[in-house]
Amino acid sequence: MADVILKPTGNFDLTVEAEVITPDNFAGKSADEIGKLLVWQGPEELPLANFFSVEGNGGNSAEDTTIIIDGDVSRVKRIGQEMTAGKILVKGSVGMHTGSTMSGGEIVVEGDSESWAGMDMTGGSIHIKGNAKDHIGSAYRGSWEGMTGGRITIDGDAVSQIGGGLSGGEIIIGGSVKHFCGIRINGGLIYVKGNAFRTVGAEMTGGTIVIGGCIERFLPGFTMEGVESDLKFNDIECPGEYKKFTGDYAIPQKGKGTMYVSCDNNECL
Amino acid sequence: MAGTIAIKNGYVYDPLNDINGEMMDIFIKDGKVVTELSGADMKDVKEIDAKGKTVMPGGVDSHSHVAGAKVNGGRMMRPEDHYKFYQKKTPITHSGCGYTVPSVYLGGYEYSKMGYTTVFEAAVPPMEARHTHEEMRSTPMLDMGGYLVLGNNWFLMRYLKEGDIDKAAAYIAWMMKTHKTYGIKCVNPAGVENWGWGENIGALDQANIHFETTPEDMIKGLTELNEKLGIPMPVHLHANNLGHPGCWEITRDSLKIPKNVKAKPNMDVEWAETKKNAKRHESVYLTHCQFNAFGGTSWRDFESGVKGITDYVNSNDHVVFDSGCVPFGDATVMTGDGPAIHDLYVLTGHKWSNTDVECECGSGVLPFLYLKGNPVHSVQWAMGLESLLYVKDAWKTIMTTDSPNGGPFIKYPQVIAWLMSNKARQDTFAECHKWAQDRTGLGAETREMDLFEIATITRANPARTIGMSYRKGTLGIGADGDVAIYDIDPKSLEVNDYESIIRAFENAAYTIKAGEVVSQMGEIVAIPEKNTFYSDIATDEDAEKSMLADVKKWFKYYTLGFDRYPTPEKYLANPTPIQVKAEK
Repeated sequence: MADVILKPTGNFDLTVEAEVITPDNFAGKSADEIGKLLVWQGPEELPLANFFSVEGNGGNSAEDTTIIIDGDVSRVKRIGQEMTAGKILVKGSVGMHTGSTMSGGEIVVEGDSESWAGMDMTGGSIHIKGNAKDHIGSAYRGSWEGMTGGRITIDGDAVSQIGGGLSGGEIIIGGSVKHFCGIRINGGLIYVKGNAFRTVGAEMTGGTIVIGGCIERFLPGFTMEGVESDLKFNDIECPGEYKKFTGDYAIPQKGKGTMYVSCDNNECL
Repeated sequence: MAGTIAIKNGYVYDPLNDINGEMMDIFIKDGKVVTELSGADMKDVKEIDAKGKTVMPGGVDSHSHVAGAKVNGGRMMRPEDHYKFYQKKTPITHSGCGYTVPSVYLGGYEYSKMGYTTVFEAAVPPMEARHTHEEMRSTPMLDMGGYLVLGNNWFLMRYLKEGDIDKAAAYIAWMMKTHKTYGIKCVNPAGVENWGWGENIGALDQANIHFETTPEDMIKGLTELNEKLGIPMPVHLHANNLGHPGCWEITRDSLKIPKNVKAKPNMDVEWAETKKNAKRHESVYLTHCQFNAFGGTSWRDFESGVKGITDYVNSNDHVVFDSGCVPFGDATVMTGDGPAIHDLYVLTGHKWSNTDVECECGSGVLPFLYLKGNPVHSVQWAMGLESLLYVKDAWKTIMTTDSPNGGPFIKYPQVIAWLMSNKARQDTFAECHKWAQDRTGLGAETREMDLFEIATITRANPARTIGMSYRKGTLGIGADGDVAIYDIDPKSLEVNDYESIIRAFENAAYTIKAGEVVSQMGEIVAIPEKNTFYSDIATDEDAEKSMLADVKKWFKYYTLGFDRYPTPEKYLANPTPIQVKAEK
């Protein structure tokens, strides 16, 4: 295994588009060569070394390459985009589109994540230890078919449109979410341990949503099917009692999705 | 010398002159095809060696949705159609993006790369004519025009109901001039009006709400008026019930209505030399036959109904149609047929938009994905090809995908390959749902079109059908110097190697417009001037006066002022009115 350590040193007043930061691109390159990879900042294409000090060479292959970003890169977008293997460890927060369209490997972020992490991803895993913003694990704007595989774990809260158009894979949110969680999902699993504000599972046509907390404003297009307890989806366990709903009946593809809502936290339902 | 060029030793296909792969030279001077170039001209002329290559007139698309409000609606509702399909700018081209609904610039470049030089927008709602012209003006590389949607127009429904033919004629003539459009489009006649009330129309003799007009009234009235006015093209018909299992019957019956209407196009233009009669004799031009030819009674017993239509077309001479092929993959369905789009929404649950174009027509847009694994889509794929292969005389058919309804126009090379190669079809049968084999007759069809027939259905016949063959779709003396040169050697062409056919038609070796090389092996090398055609129809002044009094009176029902209604010529790139002489 080879570690490449990137330390932010540059000026990030304008965000940097850094889709080159993947184990796939770093593999087989020396620290020097990695520093010469180009990234866009506004209208300029500049070498990575203008923004990071690079220490260590890439491994022989993507699998053998671990990238450690030692600092805050919340103004750096697209880290790990399209990666297929290997590992990226970020010791701070990340910008938008982290790990979007990735198909394998692992990304661990110790801080927070901006929006669009894991967009359209097909495999691999993303673990955000802090909070995340909107569109996590979601489909590209306008697309109704999003993430098809892999796993996203957010330890903290996320905001809106989590898992929009989800077709497969799992998204686990340790905290709470706001609006349109699981809008138009047609497969896969979204498990929110905390609360959701409103419009959970709007226009869902498949897949499963589990809400461990309270849904403040529940959608009218769902009907209750019964009560189940201690749910288990492969290795994902959802302890407690849940009311099971099917929906969304407000659209032509009626009631093909499943939603579980905590009994304890949603007495009024 | 601009616009002057010599194309040497190519195998030429010019169906309107019965030239079938003869090795010959083509000379173009000042943008027009000429017999020869003088010694002085030859000295500094650009010469292209087309030895071992196929030379055809520039491609003509007589039915494509490329400009206007619904195309733009498609662009706005489909960001996902854009982000993966894009082109960077070059020193002479704009950047652009969009796969099924490209930006105007990209659309123009993509057509040109395939050897097309003329494209007509399939549906222009009168109120959206300005928008359409703004987009056509910005579409590079192509000569263009558009068809005015009139099949559910309040004024026409009223005049036809009252039998006031003179006013109806005056109205159409005035509308063509006002909106700078070229011919009559008739979409779901009398049915779209009903859609304003949540209804549709299911039979040719069913009267619609309030106007009490039937589809039959509209088809009969419009086709008769079309010839009374001498309009260059036949009425362009999108029949009722489109997209419903069993709709082929109403389509065939619609085609019967104008059987005895005699074609009388009457334009004051100079005709290029052609051996064949370049004037149309058809009174109706059916569009996207495939979508109008569904068989069965439900989606369970859905099957091809193409044969019912092609049998009729084979035995009658007043009909020409375009195919509306389905090449699989991404598409954006867009039509003036609002209720048809609603039905598709109910079927797919996908995002959609619908618009009531006040007092005039309607429209709808919906993204669509044709899958090889889907039984209905597989049948539709076969049906589009059936429609072209079953009609014996290629002069009765035109190849389209009803872009982007069946698929985007950039798939034309794939469609050509299926038409030319039975192996290409059999290979696709192996990949798609068995319904394609079981519920259509395509599997048993062994016809393979040759390059002459391909040239007929992609340039000569579209141009002839819409009355543009006086200058387009032929390399006759006097025609526009629009030429496509493909890297296909007819002497060594092996149709089983259909991938090479696709590659050759995807990127023309040269696309020449008005004697200037504009694109070369997939690269745009020059941005030519472009023309916009419209029909300028002479009419009876008295009828126009009394008709205009009606229009002004009824204009209170519009949300815009009468003065804002017309599209001024400044919205057009090189406005080219075609003088049309109406019957007195």
